[in-house]
Amino acid sequence: MANTNNDQKKGAVLVVGAGVAGMQASLDLASSGYLVHLLDKSPTIGGIMSQLDKTFPTNDCAMCIISPKLVEVGRHLNIDIHPNTEVASIEGEAGNFAVTVQTQPRYIDLAACTACGQCRQVCPATAVNEFNQALDLREATYMRYPQAIPRGFTIDREVCIGCGLCEKVCLAEAIHYDDQARQKVLEVGSVILAPGNEVFDPSRFDTYNYLNFPNVVTSLEFERILSASGPYRGHLMRPYDREEPHKIAWLQCVGSRNINACDNSYCSAVCCMYAIKEAVIAKEHAHADLDTAIFYMDMRTYGKEFEQYYNRAKEHGVRFIRSRVHSIEPAGECDLRLSYTNEKGEQKEEVFDMVVLSVGFEVGQGTIELAERLGVELNEHHFAVTDGFMPVATSRPGIYVCGTLQAPKDIPQSVMEASGAAAGTSAMLSEMRWTETRTRELPPERDVSEEPPRIGVFVCNCGINIGGIVDVPAVREYARTLPNVVHVEDNLFTCSQDTQVRMAEVIKEKGINRMVVAACTPLTHEALFRETLLEAGINKYLFDMANIRNQDSWVHMNDKQKATDKAKDLVRMSVARAGLLKELHEKKVEIKQSGLVIGGGVAGMNAALNLARQGFQAVLVEKDKELGGLARRVSHTIENLDVQTYLDRLITQVKSDDNVTVLTEAEVVGFKGYKGNFTTTVQHGPDKTEQTVEHGVAIVATGAHEYQPKEFMYGESDRVMTQLELDKLLHERTNGSDPATWSNVVMIQCVGSRNEENPNCSRICCQSAVKHALQLKELNPEMNIYILYRDMRMYGLLEDYYTEARKKGIIFSRFELDNPPVVNRNGEGVEVTFHDHVLQRPVKVPVDAVVLSAATLANETDRLATHLKVPRNAYGFFIEAHAKLRPVDFSSEGIYLCGTAHSPKLISESITQALAAASRAGTFLAGKTLSVGGAVAHVDKTHCAACLVCVMSCPYGVPRINEENVSEINEALCQGCGVCVSECPAKTIQLSHYEDDQVLENVHALLEGVM
Amino acid sequence: MRLNYPTNIKIVKLPCSGRVDILHLMKAMEEGADGVFVAGCLEGDCHYQAGNLRAKKRVAYVKEILDKIGVGGERVAMYNLSAGQGPRFAEIAREMTEKIKALGPSPIRIAKRKAAGRPTTEEAA
Repeated sequence: MANTNNDQKKGAVLVVGAGVAGMQASLDLASSGYLVHLLDKSPTIGGIMSQLDKTFPTNDCAMCIISPKLVEVGRHLNIDIHPNTEVASIEGEAGNFAVTVQTQPRYIDLAACTACGQCRQVCPATAVNEFNQALDLREATYMRYPQAIPRGFTIDREVCIGCGLCEKVCLAEAIHYDDQARQKVLEVGSVILAPGNEVFDPSRFDTYNYLNFPNVVTSLEFERILSASGPYRGHLMRPYDREEPHKIAWLQCVGSRNINACDNSYCSAVCCMYAIKEAVIAKEHAHADLDTAIFYMDMRTYGKEFEQYYNRAKEHGVRFIRSRVHSIEPAGECDLRLSYTNEKGEQKEEVFDMVVLSVGFEVGQGTIELAERLGVELNEHHFAVTDGFMPVATSRPGIYVCGTLQAPKDIPQSVMEASGAAAGTSAMLSEMRWTETRTRELPPERDVSEEPPRIGVFVCNCGINIGGIVDVPAVREYARTLPNVVHVEDNLFTCSQDTQVRMAEVIKEKGINRMVVAACTPLTHEALFRETLLEAGINKYLFDMANIRNQDSWVHMNDKQKATDKAKDLVRMSVARAGLLKELHEKKVEIKQSGLVIGGGVAGMNAALNLARQGFQAVLVEKDKELGGLARRVSHTIENLDVQTYLDRLITQVKSDDNVTVLTEAEVVGFKGYKGNFTTTVQHGPDKTEQTVEHGVAIVATGAHEYQPKEFMYGESDRVMTQLELDKLLHERTNGSDPATWSNVVMIQCVGSRNEENPNCSRICCQSAVKHALQLKELNPEMNIYILYRDMRMYGLLEDYYTEARKKGIIFSRFELDNPPVVNRNGEGVEVTFHDHVLQRPVKVPVDAVVLSAATLANETDRLATHLKVPRNAYGFFIEAHAKLRPVDFSSEGIYLCGTAHSPKLISESITQALAAASRAGTFLAGKTLSVGGAVAHVDKTHCAACLVCVMSCPYGVPRINEENVSEINEALCQGCGVCVSECPAKTIQLSHYEDDQVLENVHALLEGVM
Repeated sequence: MRLNYPTNIKIVKLPCSGRVDILHLMKAMEEGADGVFVAGCLEGDCHYQAGNLRAKKRVAYVKEILDKIGVGGERVAMYNLSAGQGPRFAEIAREMTEKIKALGPSPIRIAKRKAAGRPTTEEAA
């Protein structure tokens, strides 16, 4: 932890970069009691993820999953978004920085802009659309993408001709041509750097002819081509002639793993997976058969369940060709000829319609300069220098890093690191929680339950978005005729600040107790209007929204009369439903300010320690006598950091922290309660003493173990060992078994991984082999070391060690799953026979040691998983709530996971994930109370027959038959889907806010007059 | 995307297609709808885990009843699509409208209009 002066500490944090990492860090911090300044140099937040079509390995639509996060960030009371802004300079130290930031002019006042889009409609000037990777054009007045936050336009003055048309049509008077750059100073306790990377520009390679051939595109351009919101509306077309391609090639490692042309020797860590994804999705988009071929060196599908994704792609018919293509030549008018050497050493040529360059990551020049201004050290590849045991801290105390500036990585790793960086910050500033945050003061709610409905209807013109198509005054007058309506009005922009203030006044003045707004979508605006109701002292559930824009004026613009008729129908439906809406009161439940951490390895200890440093109590439960877990068997990391010294220090810190209680030889034997209020029974110590722990959150860190091989003569000869057993020999160096005396060593990869029994890649074994091979070479440079592998998965910056190993003469020889090496006894010793892929013939080597890179398997957690009711996959690894955006949360709130219990990972990655879990847990605990109830299911016990249909149909296992022999639904656990309600044969469960009579009244109003 | 589709599609919002009750579908038909479709998440992608599969079963059940009583099960349908598939929504809306137009007004509606002494030939709502 950084040395800081408490007196001057600040409760605010600066996050630089608003991609998915920056957003996650901001959300964690803002929800746990810090005021966050979120900076981005672009006019919107969202980063590179907003440009992706789908995301691997779930094939979720990227925009669908990121846009709720965008909205959450945009709405958060304690996140100030500073778009178009960069850091100019920094002064001070950890705990108390003064950061000068510079905001470029936007020429549109965000406070006034309602994002109605009129300015863009009239803008005559065009520019290259960088969001679509220059595949199409945009106006000079633009929004980067339709879901952009902040919701407001920008004028690109580089191309603006200053015609003044937008200024004339802007009814909100938001356009200011004279806008100027501004500077201000932000006082913050900590800085989190998440500026992201750029993608490699392939025009530097003349052999790929990227600039000359339009049908050679980058992978990011291809994402936009596939995207439904992209330049071709999701139709698979190639740029040259807008024809659908029938044959596409992907070339891997463009701008990565290359020291000749681009100097980026590292692996970009994500391209193998995105290429597979793009090939599979392209096949789905194609109308005819699409031939897809991926040209690669090693297929690096090392993440959780990535290998299965790769296997499925092969089944889908994606071709994988192990070769580095050296040139792209023209063929015919616009096709492309690839020349390459196949694995047998034969020269091949193939013609494709389109070529996708799988471009890697690169730290941008702007970021390099930013790091310099901040005094943050970068490594030779320009990634931030971090400590392997504190992977989110930069070289400057108080400045943390996450995302691709730390090293190339995918979205889940970035999200974990973001939460990890937030945890670092939170531990440092914990006593300053809630000192600079804002709270909203609301008037007391008026009880309207006994009043007859008095409905106010507010119809929005949305500039001319609605008013230009729908006859708004007619709709307004129609609303006046509907039952229970006591007030109607229409507004130019119902969402504008001044209208909101006035609406609250009108509600109070006219005694309105239900509100209907006929405007845009509840997705973006419901929360805002509900706040207006709260300001007027009315329960926020007494509100309904008629979407007469997205579901009407925007989609029926060619028939104004019918659009107006439909608007009336939609308003009538909303008014009918509103009349039946009930006040719902969310209850506040205290959250126990403590966490239970299960598993005392590196992950569990870091999680417990960070929770403690954040000011919470932590109980750490370890099944063994000693803390330390699997890391006790690892002497050094590949970076040559001393793991045992670190572990000793960590154990001491954990044991000496007043906020941490350690229970060893311990097992969870009972678990009940709900988020914020769990009660766990633990048996611990030699006598299995039973202890009850009450806690608000739980973190699962049960770890993994090394597979005990059944193959390759393991157990039959003491010369055959696993990597962890070799680690022990290397560490102890005892006479008789000193590895320094060996002359020939063979290491075999993927033992127990990537096979039928266990299709997962174990992620860490390639680096274990290279690490130990380098250590052996250090002991005896003359030693012959062979690493027999299937793909060397030295992802990210690990690639450097792979390069070093080859330079030092370590021999890498590849084998296929169906033709593995053979280990035989040879007199006293053993010999290994393998097929060499370069020599194309079998090679026999007598060896001193055979080292098996055995799989990493999940620890046995059957009983624990049953107690906690959290899911595991077929291989015993716990399943997170969402593979991409919630990598450390379980879907049941209040329970988190980290370390190898999630999937195999390096020590540094386990630490990051542990910090992330602690951040997520801390974010939950810091709220102190929890709102439960609202739109959830409730049982009318008078008709309950205890038939168990609700118990069996609930996807979350919430209903239970209680002591009175009737179904009971805990409102703190209910997710509000309504499945049980519709299944209940006695109709004795209702979903508040979507009760049967409310839904049916909606339907009834819809169909009024048809008979 | 502002993709055009017929105005006679009106949406009843529910938290999850798993909340769609057989009762809701039957009531809609009884009150004169010519067709109803349920739009749920893609299978395997339900926001609430498996509500869309429940909805699918209920829609199938309602189809069966409508077939039995002579109204025609093809008037109700289940569609699966994600929030990112705007064009697909517009396509479904058009497809469903075309299908219902070809089928003509629902026999329930015709019967009720007749009983009320109203003309039965106006355009399908």
